[in-house]
Amino acid sequence: MNALTINDLKKTYSNGVVALSGVSLAIPEGDFFALLGPNGAGKTTLIGITAGLVNKTSGTVSVFDYDIDRRPEKARTLLGLVGQEINFNPFENPIDIVVNQAGYYGIPRKVAIPRAERLLADLGLADKAREQSRTLSGGMKRRLMIARALVNEPRFLILDEPTAGVDVELRRGMWEYLSGLSARGLTVLLTTHYLEEAEQLAKHVAIINKGQIIVNGTMQDVLAMHDGDGAAENGFRGGRLEEVFLRLTAEK
Amino acid sequence: MSPYELWISFYTMMRKDVVRLFRIWVQTFLPSVITSSLYFLIFGTVLGSRIGQMQGVNYMTFVVPGLVMLAIVTNAYSNSSFTFFQSKFFMRSIDEILVSPTPPWLMIAGFVSGGVIRGVLVGTLVLLISIFFTGLRLAVANMLVILLFAILTALVFALAGLVNGVYAKTIDGINIVPTFVLQPMVYLGGVFYSIHSLPQAARYVTYINPIFYLINGFRYGFLGVADIPLWVSLTVLSGLIVALIAINWYLIRKGLGLKQ
Repeated sequence: MNALTINDLKKTYSNGVVALSGVSLAIPEGDFFALLGPNGAGKTTLIGITAGLVNKTSGTVSVFDYDIDRRPEKARTLLGLVGQEINFNPFENPIDIVVNQAGYYGIPRKVAIPRAERLLADLGLADKAREQSRTLSGGMKRRLMIARALVNEPRFLILDEPTAGVDVELRRGMWEYLSGLSARGLTVLLTTHYLEEAEQLAKHVAIINKGQIIVNGTMQDVLAMHDGDGAAENGFRGGRLEEVFLRLTAEK
Repeated sequence: MSPYELWISFYTMMRKDVVRLFRIWVQTFLPSVITSSLYFLIFGTVLGSRIGQMQGVNYMTFVVPGLVMLAIVTNAYSNSSFTFFQSKFFMRSIDEILVSPTPPWLMIAGFVSGGVIRGVLVGTLVLLISIFFTGLRLAVANMLVILLFAILTALVFALAGLVNGVYAKTIDGINIVPTFVLQPMVYLGGVFYSIHSLPQAARYVTYINPIFYLINGFRYGFLGVADIPLWVSLTVLSGLIVALIAINWYLIRKGLGLKQ
């Protein structure tokens, strides 16, 4: 079964900007899938439509075969979203943020509180659980958003640039944690600008540019497109995925 | 979601707002208490003694239901409009609910519940203060009618505030309606006077003001007399509730102002 199935998805914003022009994509259950693309390529729009935050223009989206239009409640029950922007109330404390999120999924407090405490401890936020979240550092806020997205025990986790602004050490820790979840069967869709990490973590990768998928395959297939003799850009050379990414997005 | 899960989701939204209300009680409860005390002092004690009687009772007793209603209306309205606007505009924490299986109608119920609770609580505080100013001579003709109209009024204006919160694109959008629409409606709806003291033409204008029907029913609960029959007030109130629920449901289901 696919965790996510997208067919001919189109989105044109009210200002006329075409964000997605006929995207089709399938993410198998249990996959760690990287969706890469330059800024403004349509990644966040695709994720927003899947999570119910953006209205699509046309096309279909299903989460574990539940159509997001016909069975939105079923589809959302299976999803967890870590958005690109920090979007929690900074005057609430982490434990309340995570427990309230569980409440919106119909999980009672007696179940949600121990679960939230465990998640916050796993993500290194146990000692901050009852402090106002505005006092947290940038990396802690990102981890809090991961804890919030996991509290409903989703089968499909979407991470939209979850490590933006996080230092190297913390980022490594977060990837380790997410890899562990993936190994236990959680399907992960990741967008990131850190391509070397996508290269190490993802089994499948798709590159989106100007609202269209320009490459989609296993990581090995995409890395095989690397010819090894790409010219250095301004004196720098990236990893293999980075070279492929730059070549494909530049060509298109 | 099962009925139990729906209840949990509703309870979560309600609890979150009630916790917020008490956390910032200086901003949520105190202003209406102070404003109402000033009204009681000026209109009731200072000016009221010169006005004499209205609808067979002294002016202070007459003005109490209107001032309680004023507190309920403004607090219920501002609570749901501001809470919704804040969650969609400042922090975008509305996404927490939008990504969840909570259906649109339950979102409406959740946001409105905080407004109803705040409206009724502040109304109760203002009523307690009125007891001090009326020297324990507060008339109560029918407690059930008072409670019914307090809750229904809070519901109407919490729903109206939610429509405002959904539509507002800036913080000014939250303040314009209360200042230029709500306040004139409340003052001209019979808070401080009986409709019988108006000229005939002004009475017709008052009849299209929904606040008039709310204050009328509420005043009946206190004084046992009203400008129009109670069933008319209840019918208008019920019609408003149904219409506002339908508007909110349509807006939130469509994602107006919420989803791009």
